[in-house]
Amino acid sequence: MTRPVRFNVNTVPADTKNHISVVDMPEGHTGDGFFATKLSDAVGLARKNSMWPLPFATSCCGIEFMATMASHYDLARFGAERLGFSPRQCDLLMVMGTIAKKMGPILKQVYLQMAEPRWVMAVGACAASGGIFDSYSVLQGIDQIIPVDVYVPGCPPRPEGILDGFMRIQDLVGEESFRRRNGEQYKELMQSYGIK
Amino acid sequence: MDNGYIKQRLQQQFHDGVSNFEEPYGMLTFESPKDLNLKLLQFLFDDPELRFQFLTDLTAVHYPDQKGRELAVVYHLHNLVDNIRIRYKVFTDIEKPDVFTATKLYSSANWMERETYDFYGVNFVGHPNLIRILNVDEMNYFPMRKEFPLEDQTRIDKDDQMFGR
Repeated sequence: MTRPVRFNVNTVPADTKNHISVVDMPEGHTGDGFFATKLSDAVGLARKNSMWPLPFATSCCGIEFMATMASHYDLARFGAERLGFSPRQCDLLMVMGTIAKKMGPILKQVYLQMAEPRWVMAVGACAASGGIFDSYSVLQGIDQIIPVDVYVPGCPPRPEGILDGFMRIQDLVGEESFRRRNGEQYKELMQSYGIK
Repeated sequence: MDNGYIKQRLQQQFHDGVSNFEEPYGMLTFESPKDLNLKLLQFLFDDPELRFQFLTDLTAVHYPDQKGRELAVVYHLHNLVDNIRIRYKVFTDIEKPDVFTATKLYSSANWMERETYDFYGVNFVGHPNLIRILNVDEMNYFPMRKEFPLEDQTRIDKDDQMFGR
């Protein structure tokens, strides 16, 4: 005897009223048939809701990231549906896991291959500070070799933590001024890491 | 073939050259002067009865208190036919840590000797490519020697109060 498949028999119409979230409009002037805002706000809005993360997962934080990308926590809700595995196409470098000193130059090369504008997120205690590996072989935080925008603490952080870190990245991306990456301060920051 | 027989054959061949026989957990362990290491390994390899033709492990140990014999190079050998394992040590002065390489006899010694050099600084004379294998090339010390603390000394944010160094 076949089991009745109730959901296929009685189709329920989608209840979308007040259940679909759309990003808020940026600040601006609105009137009859027009809306005026800053270009940087409009670009920031587009950028922050279509990030392409590049996962650089070396250990257990990478497992938490897999949960974050999967259906239950679903990073795709934040517009980061598409993971890129080529640094040249990605905006956000997510470093998850212990980075050994021997891995340092490779991580730096990956960062250099990313096109501006680029952001970096250090997920977990090891990427942020070396964590428990206070050892001759482990890099004591990736901020020794590349600039980091957001640190997510935890060993490993829960997927909620990674999501929160991602939302902090979105805040940074959305509010970033057009002039920042040409400014003196940014150039100094890059030079302090030996990046032209 | 048992440990007693192996010991007897070694003493027959090398007389006073082999010493300090012991059997921790049933595994025959002995040592010899470091100049004898190739002759002894060759004998263990070629002998039609002993046939220790598999080098399972090669590493070093640092004993800072034993003056003149600070570094021990340890060979773990396996007779695959009779399934017998032995452990063989040579000791060397840390000031002049030269030990003959076993790469001509066992190909597996190549990377293991590089690793031993990388962490303990044992200079394997005659090794085809004695460079660091696991640590960064810029490293200028041998991290597993006991005078170097395990912690990374370059950092300042992990202090005694928080991390109990």
